[in-house]
Amino acid sequence: MNSLSDSQFFEGLKDCLPIMFAVSFFGMLFGATGVSNGLTLGQTLLSSASVFAGASQFVFLDLYNQQVPVWSVLLAVFAVNFRHVLYSASIGRFMGAFSTLAKYFGFFLLSDPSFAAGERRAETRTLAPSYYFGFAASLYPVWLLSTLVGGLSGNLIAEPEAFGMDMLLSLYFLALLMGFRSRPNWLTTVLASGFVAILVFKTFGSPWHIMVGGLAGVVVAAAIGKPGGSKEADSD
Amino acid sequence: MIEFFVKPATPETVWIVIVLTGIVTYITRSGGYVLLSRFKNLHPRLEAALEAVPGAVLITLVLPSVLENGPLEVTAMAAALVASLRLSPIGVLAVGMFIVVVGRMIGF
Repeated sequence: MNSLSDSQFFEGLKDCLPIMFAVSFFGMLFGATGVSNGLTLGQTLLSSASVFAGASQFVFLDLYNQQVPVWSVLLAVFAVNFRHVLYSASIGRFMGAFSTLAKYFGFFLLSDPSFAAGERRAETRTLAPSYYFGFAASLYPVWLLSTLVGGLSGNLIAEPEAFGMDMLLSLYFLALLMGFRSRPNWLTTVLASGFVAILVFKTFGSPWHIMVGGLAGVVVAAAIGKPGGSKEADSD
Repeated sequence: MIEFFVKPATPETVWIVIVLTGIVTYITRSGGYVLLSRFKNLHPRLEAALEAVPGAVLITLVLPSVLENGPLEVTAMAAALVASLRLSPIGVLAVGMFIVVVGRMIGF
């Protein structure tokens, strides 16, 4: 039962390859932005190593530069990362094959792509720790290394926009989103969440739209979900 | 102690803030599971809510790129949306990136 010798580790790694490319660009961008915004290379790396969540690391950088009080930096990071509360609540249901230690280590690596990959996997078969870590743990060194490369080389990519780098993750998240479209009440949930997210985005601004929009979506799903009827039993 | 939290971080203390952001992040990443693991059986409505998490959250991550950008980016996202009905995520990325990069090259 050595998870590393299990072939599912390499399946996870293989599924992770396309997102590694996108993640490495963002890692380099974070590294470059970090050192050009008053962090040392070591502090920039510490952020990537301890947080491992790009969006919130950029929020941290931005607020640190604006000289915002520490408590509101932490609150903003919590707001950006609140979606992970929902992620771990959901994917935790499929971690029956994980030891307690593997579970809590797995949560440390629970990024957007790894959550989506784990959920997709669990739709068709048991989520094996080897598969999950093959995917999730592969991203971690890529994130660290690309942060290092970006931090050492400064503005390696002179104009990230010219290469469409600002759109890369959005396109990827769109692809992930569409991958879940066969789930019950998917469209209703997405419309409800999207509607509320737009309202919050336009009024309070980022990052609150993620937290409030996401919560609105799951509340609507709970409201329209059939009580008593097991969705898994009659879905394919 | 309280003073640390109500003041901005300095270059000397920022590493503590970085570690704290890591801890806050880990609390969110394990928190949902920790809360739910208290329950043996999940109510079907809660089950339905959890099934909806990927759709409900991912749409909020996608939206700003559509709301904050011009016609080129919206076109790229729309094309990617159509592509996603047939193609794998890599194919979707390729379609969207192609439109963005070529569009910007020719000056959109």
